[in-house]
Amino acid sequence: MTTLAPTPTDAVPEAAEFVGRRPPGVIRVAVHMWRTRIGLIIVGLLVALALFGRYIAPYGEREAVGLPFKPRGQTRKPTWFGSANVGHDVWTRFLYGGKPILISAVLATLLALVLGTTIGLIAAYNRGRLDDVLMRIMDVILALPQIIMALIVISMFGASTKLIVLTVGLSTVPRIARVVRGAAVSVVERDFVAAAESLGESRFRILRSELLPNVSGALLVEANLRLTFSIGLISGIAFLGFTADPGAANWGLMINENRKGLAPNHWGVTWPVIAIALLTIGTGLVGDGLARAAAGIDRVKGES
Amino acid sequence: MSNNRGVLRFIARRLLLGVLTLFIVSLVVFSATQLLPSDPAQAILGRDANAVSTAALRTKLGLDHTAFYQYTHWLKGIVTGDPGDSFNARQPILDYIGDRVVNSLFLLVLASVISIPLSLWLGSYCARKRDTTFDTVVSNAMLAVASLPEFVVGIVLILLFAVRGFKWLPAVSTIGIGRGPWSDMQGMVLPTAVLVLGAVPYISRVVRASMIEVLESDYIEMARLKGAPESVVLRRHALPNALGPVFQVIALNIAYFAAGVIIVEALFNYPGIGGALRDAVRVRDIPVIQFLVMVLATVYVVTNLAADVATVLVTPRLRTRMQ
Repeated sequence: MTTLAPTPTDAVPEAAEFVGRRPPGVIRVAVHMWRTRIGLIIVGLLVALALFGRYIAPYGEREAVGLPFKPRGQTRKPTWFGSANVGHDVWTRFLYGGKPILISAVLATLLALVLGTTIGLIAAYNRGRLDDVLMRIMDVILALPQIIMALIVISMFGASTKLIVLTVGLSTVPRIARVVRGAAVSVVERDFVAAAESLGESRFRILRSELLPNVSGALLVEANLRLTFSIGLISGIAFLGFTADPGAANWGLMINENRKGLAPNHWGVTWPVIAIALLTIGTGLVGDGLARAAAGIDRVKGES
Repeated sequence: MSNNRGVLRFIARRLLLGVLTLFIVSLVVFSATQLLPSDPAQAILGRDANAVSTAALRTKLGLDHTAFYQYTHWLKGIVTGDPGDSFNARQPILDYIGDRVVNSLFLLVLASVISIPLSLWLGSYCARKRDTTFDTVVSNAMLAVASLPEFVVGIVLILLFAVRGFKWLPAVSTIGIGRGPWSDMQGMVLPTAVLVLGAVPYISRVVRASMIEVLESDYIEMARLKGAPESVVLRRHALPNALGPVFQVIALNIAYFAAGVIIVEALFNYPGIGGALRDAVRVRDIPVIQFLVMVLATVYVVTNLAADVATVLVTPRLRTRMQ
């Protein structure tokens, strides 16, 4: 952390020196906190389950094991947790159902991250007209709740996975852009940006090498929050019954389908609920660790 | 005097921006739902429909007019309270939606009336008991609840209090047609609880942070030093300055309810506009989708606007800066 304070020899710095001297990573500080570690373990386990669970599934994704909503022991073929709404094996459906949600949420967040960061940095660096126009556009997008945007798109084109990812991603852009712009505005005023400008650095290099490293803390925290929300949103859309393939296993859809059978066999609801709950709490814990780490670093920066 | 004019000018500008935003939203919603699909009449009747009935429906929908005429006609209908007929229910949208608006509004008001005072109390109590065991436990519990999607919270409550565990409450709402949501208060408990649990973590966290910041500021120190009693310090000096960000968050949460009702109403088969929107999307009932999206967007925009204005009016620092 002591490297943060510029030494006198840095008075006329070369841009390359700064690239090598980023503040100690938010990630490194966060990983030392117990909440981040627990969060990472939970998320790691669930990601493994969602991606590789299908290889240990006892039955096929669409294989019938007996009548609908039968508890364990009352199905035609032996099961651990009984049968789901159309007679599939609950445990198999559960092992298959995480991947679509996880992949969609991660892709949507990545898309939002790239676009939101770019827009936020450009707005902060250019200020003036461009900043105004960009941020007003962001405000208009924020005027509609994300789930309503998703429903509009679904009503137009049907529930395609690509479009849902695109809508969730694009509607997340203004949220990230605002945070990045807010964090970058004060960085733009700092001396090292003026130094880079006077050295004739290209705009892109200034955004990437001078601004971006200095907003990475705020960005990481926001990215994590948005990932948590995207998981909730995408599984929520599936819960409402809008998925590309209604026959495919999906945790959100599974909860909706098996609600009617809560009394005879609750496992078809309980397993996906536990998984989504743990996944979002896990990402939430990681995000909280990152937020605390970022706040700590900011404080040190302010003091130096 | 100039002080007042500054505030008025801010309110006027903010109002204008709100109207402009709603106008743009209406353009987007209209063009997205009506203009983009190649032929709404075909979409409604299905691919096998014969040419005569498709043409008849096109005329009825006003599709043979220009896009500009269609848009202004539609917007005029919404503003004057005559949004036209539902494709699916084949009756005026207002007849079909009227009761549902009341039901959703009742749910929204009930959730707000419970969650706002609860979070104000919880947040300021945690701020005063900062870093005690109580504060740590509450903060961490709130963090966990805040991460959960509404339908997960709802299902857990249904499992605990309706279907398994304690069988105290109904898992679905049974509001009689034309009887009003208050006819089934037992059925209101779980839907309201889900919305409250969604909102309280956010509001109380902001209240706590805002209160801590204010309590540590110079002017609170000053008020204490000049010998003002602690209750006066809290009420007269701390609370007004701590309320600014809180208004923002309250508005954000009413706005959140506007989206949350879609999931919550689907979860409990609650007969409100959120459930109606989901059903309308399912059957592509375009006039209903357009109308409901505009209603929800208006709630969203108006609450945010009200929050911005209230923040300026209530925060002494901002009020004086507005000159």
